[in-house]
Amino acid sequence: MSRGISRRSILKSLGMGVAASSVLRVIPLQAAEHAHHMVAAEKAASPVKAYAPKYFSAHQYKTLQKLCQTIFPADSDSGGAIEAGAPEFIDLLTSESNEYQQVLGGGIMWLDNTCIDRYDKVYLDCSPEQQKEILDKIAYRKNAVTDVSLSQGVEFFSFLRKITADGFFTSEIGIKYLGYIGSAFLTEFPGCPPVPEA
Amino acid sequence: MAQITRSPKVYDVCIIGSGASGGTAAKILTEGGLSVVMLEAGPPLNPEKDFKEHVWPYQLPHRGLGVAGKAAENFGEFLAPDGAWEIDGEPYTVAAGSRFRWFRSRIVGGRTNHWGRIALRFAPVDFKSRSTDGMGDDWPIAYEDVAPYYDKVESYIGVFGTKENVSSAPDGVFLSPPKPRCTETIIKKACDKIGVICIPSRLAVITQAHNGRAACHYCGQCGRGCISASNFSSSQVMIPSAEQTDRFTLLTGAMAREIVLGKSGKAEAVSYIDKATRTEKKVYAKAFVVGASACESARLLLNSKSTQFADGLANSSGVIGRYLTDSVGSSGGGVFPQLTKMPPHNHDGVGGMHMYMPWWKFDRKNEFLRGYHIEFGGGRTLPGAGEFHAVCEYNEGYGSSLKKKCKDVYGTYIGYAGRGEMIPNEHSYCEIDPNTVDEWGIPVLRFHWQWSDNEIKMARDMQQTFRQITEAAGGTYVTNTATDGPNAYGIEDGGVIIHELGVVRMGNNPKTSALNSFCQAHDVKNVFVMDAASFVSNPDKNPTLTIMALTWRASEYLLDEAKKGNL
Repeated sequence: MSRGISRRSILKSLGMGVAASSVLRVIPLQAAEHAHHMVAAEKAASPVKAYAPKYFSAHQYKTLQKLCQTIFPADSDSGGAIEAGAPEFIDLLTSESNEYQQVLGGGIMWLDNTCIDRYDKVYLDCSPEQQKEILDKIAYRKNAVTDVSLSQGVEFFSFLRKITADGFFTSEIGIKYLGYIGSAFLTEFPGCPPVPEA
Repeated sequence: MAQITRSPKVYDVCIIGSGASGGTAAKILTEGGLSVVMLEAGPPLNPEKDFKEHVWPYQLPHRGLGVAGKAAENFGEFLAPDGAWEIDGEPYTVAAGSRFRWFRSRIVGGRTNHWGRIALRFAPVDFKSRSTDGMGDDWPIAYEDVAPYYDKVESYIGVFGTKENVSSAPDGVFLSPPKPRCTETIIKKACDKIGVICIPSRLAVITQAHNGRAACHYCGQCGRGCISASNFSSSQVMIPSAEQTDRFTLLTGAMAREIVLGKSGKAEAVSYIDKATRTEKKVYAKAFVVGASACESARLLLNSKSTQFADGLANSSGVIGRYLTDSVGSSGGGVFPQLTKMPPHNHDGVGGMHMYMPWWKFDRKNEFLRGYHIEFGGGRTLPGAGEFHAVCEYNEGYGSSLKKKCKDVYGTYIGYAGRGEMIPNEHSYCEIDPNTVDEWGIPVLRFHWQWSDNEIKMARDMQQTFRQITEAAGGTYVTNTATDGPNAYGIEDGGVIIHELGVVRMGNNPKTSALNSFCQAHDVKNVFVMDAASFVSNPDKNPTLTIMALTWRASEYLLDEAKKGNL
């Protein structure tokens, strides 16, 4: 239903608007597209290479990537949190914020320490079954009620889950996965397609 | 030592502030032939560079959250510049026991760069509160005095809407409204069922080319600033027309400190801090228009002390800083099964609601005085950071199933925001904090705040209505609010709705008001306060349209007085 219009027709309709203009300094619509392309170009200008973490150590960053991808995995519907750039985004914010450093930096260390206590190995070296076991414990608040020793882990995982959701659903693949259509240039708002009954 | 530099020129008018009132005054006064200098505390605005319209969240490294996630507290990284709850180096304080927040802007255009573009007229009854219910005060003017200026403002800036003949929401000069979104179709149907009036909203967004500005292109991003100026901001609509006259001088980075009283008993200059050089300068004029935003305007007058005005310029009444009000705000939301079945489609529309509920219980006896309107929105909007936190908290876990739950919930939520009238009370006011100055050496404001029982009852009614509408639509209301405490029934802290006003009120009696009905100081005839500081009451209408109408009216009066040689 959305009726995107071509760049040519934007300019045409804009030209008509400007011709009618007398007093005002009207900023043309194509400038909006320009800004959009400028940002995209800046991003493309930086050579594609492996992301160098700003805060996390190489080991911690790998752990972060693994956790993010477990929270929002790649599946038949879409890519996962890594493809969505969530770990880079989380590392960047963590490098700038004491709060994030405490919760996420400390949280990853808590996870490794806890895995060493339980399995004699850091999280990444644990078997898939062991990784699932510990995550299933810290992924639900009710577990911390029966086992208070899990509560720091639960807090960490809750925070990580939310920030991973931020990273995933603000990405190109996340937005596509949700089926958002918009941020477009329309000449008319089409209104609502027929609404199914409640 | 800072040097006081004297500007040789004497302008006809010096305007302090570049927002809704400053911009409107600049347009009318320069077009009327006067030379105008405007002081703006912030930098110039460059829409091409500053606006993030059409930028996707993944094109910014912080995805909208800003450095260290700090922008999240200030409506996100995409918001047009420069507005914030806290400004580095320019604090304000809140008295013990009070809760108040103050959103300020430092940029050409001020908060008109960020506002919701909701452009509602006050109703006739809104000017006659005391005569109607015995509380508060009547305005010294009536609806009929302002109506012609509402017409002028709407005709110039462009407001969409429909003629509805609802007595609480007078009709105006309207462009045609956009079609309703799905969310609005659903809510309208529910409102019809339970007798709540739901009509097309009135927003300062142009749905057709208007006065040289291009029509809206329906990206839903008004809050980011609009490069085609299809929504209203002072910076893109008022200031450019002043600039066209060649009688307009704009000084940016100019933080007004004091209005200086001359020997004649009239104001003669404004002392301001030139932020770039950290020096104090003076600009001279024959008349002064204060439009710095209500509380900044009060602060400037209170800080302008002289032997004649020991308690602040034009404050012989002592009312400056008193009668501070904000809108009563309470929000909630629900999920709607109809929306889970909607196919993906473009739901953006303009950057605001296409429909709203004006106050509809005006002809009955309610548990509280005055009224409120309801704004609402939701559906398949551009996803942003924070959007799925609640889903994550509610479902917990991880993996493809959590991902799918987020997708299923996306677009099914509709949020409501009630905006009601607060009655001024003696516990809500601002004053100069005797202990604190900002980084420019200017004493700062200290706020005192208390809601009264009337507002709490109103917030409760809002919550009940949100639930009724949701349930009438077959949805589930998901908001739970406390029934007591500082935020009972979801009532927001003072200032949070960003409709703080009333602190330099107008009135006929110089003993109980600071300004006459033309926003002119009773005590100092060449000083005008044209922003919402002048308001006598704060009806359930967003104030910006009325600020512009009153400024237009006061500016024509100022022109007239200048011609007569009375200033």
